[in-house]
Amino acid sequence: MKILVPVKRVVDYNVKVRVKSDGTGVDLANVKMSMNPFDEIAVEEAIRLKEKGIATEIVVVSIGVQQSQETLRTALAMGADRAILVVTDVTTESLTVAKILAKVAAEEQPGLIILGKQAIDDDANQTGQMLAALLGWPQGTFASAVVPNGDRVAVTREVDGGLETVDLKLPAVVTTDLRLNEPRYASLPNIMKAKSKPLASKTPADYGVDPTPRLTITKVVEPAKRSAGTKVKTVDELIEKLKNAGAIA
Amino acid sequence: MTTLVLAEHDNSVLKDATLAAVTAAGKLGGDVHLLVAGHNAKSVAEAGAQVAGVAKVLLADDAAYGAALAENVAPLIVSLMPGYDAVVAPATTRGKNIMPRVAAALDVAQISEILSVESADTFTRPIYAGNAIATVTSSDAKKVITVRGTAFDKAATSGGSASVESIGGPGDAGLSKFVSADLTTSARPELTAAKIIVSGGRALGSSDKFHEFIDPLADKLGAAVGASRAAVDAGYAPNDYQVGQTGKIVAPELYVAVGISGAIQHLAGMKDSKIIVAINKDEEAPIFQVADFGLVGDLFTLVPEMTSKL
Ligand SMILES: Cc1cc2nc3c(=O)[nH]c(=O)nc-3n(C[C@H](O)[C@H](O)[C@H](O)COP(=O)(O)OP(=O)(O)OC[C@H]3O[C@@H](n4cnc5c(N)ncnc54)[C@H](O)[C@@H]3O)c2cc1C
Repeated sequence: MKILVPVKRVVDYNVKVRVKSDGTGVDLANVKMSMNPFDEIAVEEAIRLKEKGIATEIVVVSIGVQQSQETLRTALAMGADRAILVVTDVTTESLTVAKILAKVAAEEQPGLIILGKQAIDDDANQTGQMLAALLGWPQGTFASAVVPNGDRVAVTREVDGGLETVDLKLPAVVTTDLRLNEPRYASLPNIMKAKSKPLASKTPADYGVDPTPRLTITKVVEPAKRSAGTKVKTVDELIEKLKNAGAIA
Repeated sequence: MTTLVLAEHDNSVLKDATLAAVTAAGKLGGDVHLLVAGHNAKSVAEAGAQVAGVAKVLLADDAAYGAALAENVAPLIVSLMPGYDAVVAPATTRGKNIMPRVAAALDVAQISEILSVESADTFTRPIYAGNAIATVTSSDAKKVITVRGTAFDKAATSGGSASVESIGGPGDAGLSKFVSADLTTSARPELTAAKIIVSGGRALGSSDKFHEFIDPLADKLGAAVGASRAAVDAGYAPNDYQVGQTGKIVAPELYVAVGISGAIQHLAGMKDSKIIVAINKDEEAPIFQVADFGLVGDLFTLVPEMTSKL
């Protein structure tokens, strides 16, 4: 079974972004960029399925600016087999990405597509579900366990009340949650090897998809600031302060 | 303008998350209809009919909808959309699972986790773990929206007198089956509905210690229990306790963070709490930058002391 893993280049999760003073967006100049952490988990899961002999080939794909190539190389260094870069400078909306991925899936015919549940930049949490809809495939979102079995896959999902397991017909779309696995680091030899793995370069037009966004961001502001309060010295003082504030009886 | 709201429920009880979505839907202008997709879910439809602001309840009662599988519920919603201008769901794991599937089928860009309705086509929503708030205008003819529960008042659960109409739907898509659920049972309040939350972090060190130190304090305060990602990853607390950017978003009257450093991703889930208390042995911990009251010291002595003095 072939596995397709879409990955996104995003601001590193350790960076606290700053809103631009003119309110047009956040300042991304000279900010560290990395693979979306949920996508790392997706790549790792695909590699583990390959190590178990369930997956035969792992194809990673990224849609975004030219530098997304670095993100793809990281995935190749982790253990993916080949990469597809769909280059666009237009801000990628989930729907656009899902449409391009649906076309890639039609060409590649994977048995499983594993994506991160959300990208930590736009926090949209949509692409996997949209892709499943466009393909007419089932979806196992927010996965903490993925167990393929013949022509079906059991997916355990992190839901608001706890965990839930669903049984899906393959091919299927899975989106990862934090507890699915702990992604490996790429070793230096593997980083070197990744440089010669195949990487195909495409454009949205190659897939007949118009990337024009449907949503216009008219303004970006900082959230209301919370200022640090006071330090209390003792538990008694804390309880008194909370009583005075009416927070406890 | 008519808006459809997807009800959150467990086939017997209408969940509070629905009520914030009803309020948000009302702000779009026009009538609000509530869709109850479930199995043997008549009591949910009846409760929905009482909710203030709901003009009509649609009840799709079918075994195919009992487990809220996205593969089955999304086509049901899509089949109703010729009659609606917008569809709104709470940004719960269920809403997040189903709604993008609806949006893609309608060829619409979804607007996720809105914080406010500025007009019928313009909304605000958090990006970058809530470190920025974007104002977003949609050019799509129909709107597909999920709603952050903490950002809208809850619609009243009485005062409405909507009619309940039973509807059919496309039924089982044959793509997926529900196997089992392993739900956390607790006598404590639900995290997203609680007035007080006590959350524990990595510092607790084990599941036993988490229960030994966090639970009694929570019980004294009548609080729900939450956790940081580190505490959940380490198995000290179940996954549904996780508060943060990629877990639950909470805004209680009082949030007590115990042995939690205050990473951006954790703050994203709780910084709209009314009063924040931090107990941490590191006085430089970032959690103190958002805490109204900070107590520097060892949680293993301070927490039992606080529990006994309350
Ligand atoms: C993609 C992604 C998503 C994430 N989503 C979330 C999320 O939704 N929610 C979330 O919480 N995190 C999330 N994180 C993780 C986040 O970055 C932090 O790693 C996590 O919040 C840290 O948890 P912690 O504060 O419990 O642990 P630590 O950062 O290790 O902090 C432990 C704290 O306990 C204090 N301490 C230790 N011993 C004691 C003692 N005896 N008494 C008092 N204090 C003590 C220490 O001083 C320290 O401040 C996410 C990360 C990524 C990459």
